[in-house]
Amino acid sequence: GPGRAGAGQERRDALREELLLSPLPTGDVAATFQFRTRWDADLQRGAVSHYRLFPKALGRLVAALGVRELHLALTQGFWRTRYWGQAPLQAPAGAELWVWFQPTVTDVDKAWKELSNILSGIFCASLNFIDSTNTVIPTASFKPLGLANGTDHHLLRYAVLPREVVCTENLTPWKKLLPCGSKAGLAVLLKAERLFHSSYHSQAVHIRPVCRDASCLAVSWELRQTLTVVFDFFSSGQGKKDWSLFKMFSRTLTDICPLASQSKVYVDISPKNKEKELLEVSPTPTSVHEAIVQGDKKTYAVYDLLSPSLFNTSRSLNVQLKWKRPQDSSEMPIPTLHAQRYVGGYGLQTGEICTLIYNTHPYRAFPVILLETVPWYLRLYVHTLTIITKGKENKPSYIHYQPAQDRRRPHLLEMLIQLPANSVTKITIQFERALLKWTEYPPDPNHGFYVGSSVLSALVPSVTAMKDMDVEQSPLFTSLFPSSDGSSYFVRLYTEPLLVNLPTPDFSMPYNVICLTCTVVAVCYGSFYNLLTRTFHVEEPSRGGLAKRLANVIRKFRGVPPL
Amino acid sequence: VCTSRFWFNYRHVANTLSVYRSVKRLGIPDSHIVLMLADDMACNPRNPKPATVFSHKNMELNVYGDDVEVDYRSYEVTVENFLRVLTGRIPPSTPRSKRLLSDDRSNILIYMTGHGGNGFLKFQDSEEITNVELADAFEQMWQKRRYNELLFIIDTCQGASMYERFYSPNIMALASSQVGEDSLSHQPDLAIGVHLMDRYTFYVLEFLEEIHPASQTNMNDLFQVCPKSLCVSTPGHRTDLFRRDPQKVLITDFFGSVRKVEITTETLSLDRGVAAFESK
Repeated sequence: GPGRAGAGQERRDALREELLLSPLPTGDVAATFQFRTRWDADLQRGAVSHYRLFPKALGRLVAALGVRELHLALTQGFWRTRYWGQAPLQAPAGAELWVWFQPTVTDVDKAWKELSNILSGIFCASLNFIDSTNTVIPTASFKPLGLANGTDHHLLRYAVLPREVVCTENLTPWKKLLPCGSKAGLAVLLKAERLFHSSYHSQAVHIRPVCRDASCLAVSWELRQTLTVVFDFFSSGQGKKDWSLFKMFSRTLTDICPLASQSKVYVDISPKNKEKELLEVSPTPTSVHEAIVQGDKKTYAVYDLLSPSLFNTSRSLNVQLKWKRPQDSSEMPIPTLHAQRYVGGYGLQTGEICTLIYNTHPYRAFPVILLETVPWYLRLYVHTLTIITKGKENKPSYIHYQPAQDRRRPHLLEMLIQLPANSVTKITIQFERALLKWTEYPPDPNHGFYVGSSVLSALVPSVTAMKDMDVEQSPLFTSLFPSSDGSSYFVRLYTEPLLVNLPTPDFSMPYNVICLTCTVVAVCYGSFYNLLTRTFHVEEPSRGGLAKRLANVIRKFRGVPPL
Repeated sequence: VCTSRFWFNYRHVANTLSVYRSVKRLGIPDSHIVLMLADDMACNPRNPKPATVFSHKNMELNVYGDDVEVDYRSYEVTVENFLRVLTGRIPPSTPRSKRLLSDDRSNILIYMTGHGGNGFLKFQDSEEITNVELADAFEQMWQKRRYNELLFIIDTCQGASMYERFYSPNIMALASSQVGEDSLSHQPDLAIGVHLMDRYTFYVLEFLEEIHPASQTNMNDLFQVCPKSLCVSTPGHRTDLFRRDPQKVLITDFFGSVRKVEITTETLSLDRGVAAFESK
């Protein structure tokens, strides 16, 4: 179990925190924070009254709404798998929420609606916009990542909001859920001004039940908070290729979180192409760890913040990465599985969604599950679905298609496609754009409408066989996805979100029409009415006042015509 | 409440965030503030300095800060949601942070900014709220005893028209310009490329920066804040519905949360039941 719990039968929850710095092939750096709180208590039975490290807001959510697993991710930007390699944990642009409920929950839709409202209050995100028009029930793509008794997929709900913006107001409550807040430990590096000045920022919360120990007789609850950020100062031309914690976060590590039982910084120093290491780290790491991550052997320099020797020389830890010689840009490794998606066609009536999936493994073929969720106003025509690999048609071995109902539910398309070795698979499907009612348009309709990312889940064959490892001893970034056997590893990829223009009316037309019609009516009808109903008659001049009459009387006497 | 969308309305978000910041600084916690921002400026792709919103072009004050809680953002800022928050008629699943949980002893400050006209305020380019609707909403609040005293500040063009129709007691209103006048913006910043703040709110912010929780400044000082020489428009105010004399109303009654603390030297004995619970 956790190392410092010598004093504690009482201490049943433990915090491990970890930061992984991985240099990317393009010269940028990805930093992944993981904070894992594990609590040996049974939240389901509601026998909990005292929350220590596990945040009360989330604990009560699990107990009250019967949640078995919860995964919420808020992302800004897009992870470029082709250039950056596989992400340890990827998320689609916007907000993504998928939840497995307990079998005891009778009305899953009602619990889902309440859950999204409560989470929108906790994380200051518009998750209350999740309703039946963007929720789907996947059948094969999202299997539980924690302990599961049965997998009735009617207990699963998945929704994605691609338009959701992520900013400091989402980061602040996320930081407040950490036991040490942002005051000590690795979380002091999380400053909004640096984190959002990046090309990819993703923060996530994962709650799942895990085995308490190897015998798996009791259940513990695990909360993982992950934050991945990619700093692109080098590739956007703003800086040199030397990285350090201070340069990335404008802060260094000074204090350790006293509540953490483990606090480590890992730096990926794996040699590329079996050469000697060309990456140098300073100060000297406390140890070097080798692991097989994502099917490949990788070497990490480890800084254990809890070891007393680390802060001996200086009070702050500023990890610096230097390249020994300039990296040859032609030797960028290509990941085994990557994908791309775009909209084809022209005009505002029809279009086509094309997805390209690349399998770059030289000799192994493997299957991939593709999940597409398309909003109802892009009417998909499934008879136009074509899947072509190497010039020939590729029939999927499993298709689950649920057509959309206008204003009630979106399209859901799930397919299991076999990807031959070293191939590109092109999947196209045509759609027609619908005309919405004029009150259904958002305030900025000319921006376009988003289609959420598609999800690709696959078991990719690994280069080196992985051995079984103890979850407690291995780094956190290796134990997120359960691995069934050592010959392949699980990968979940997301494609780009699409931005599609719908035919948009001119919203000033009602005003224009009213003005024009009223003017025409006033001019034409009014003139006719006057012409037809006005009669002209001669008017006698008036007899005048008293003075005039007197003058007329005098003139009558004189014999002169009257005035 | 900021009701404007799109990047060139940066100044409205900066206005709202400045008032939010002052109010938090003077002691009101996030649980007592409902902040509505119709668009995201800080993490907008056009913002050259992400996660920041500045009020002045020398960039010294980041009004967005590090600890901000936006309750209604983006498409959620609609006339319907605004009126529902005021009158309390919200769906049962709304979280607490999105509700106005006030009772008959609460003082409420409402600050609205955006684009407006004679008798209306535009929400997000697609709908408006009229002064009659607003007055009726306040009357509903009064009848349900949802406020003790209410201060309404509006910074839009022709803002004074919005408070002409109020008829409920205990309301004081301030506006940045009279009917027929436009409220103008303060200064543009060449790096960000838009105007950073409106004049009236800029001088109100300067005034509020000098208030601390123990200050005794009263409402009459707030009425003098932006004379015509600085603001170009004539700010107006309305106090006829307010029962107390504005001279005696402290700024911190609305903008801050000052609690009265009484120190007692007597000893209190706890009940036996409480003592038994504590010993468990």
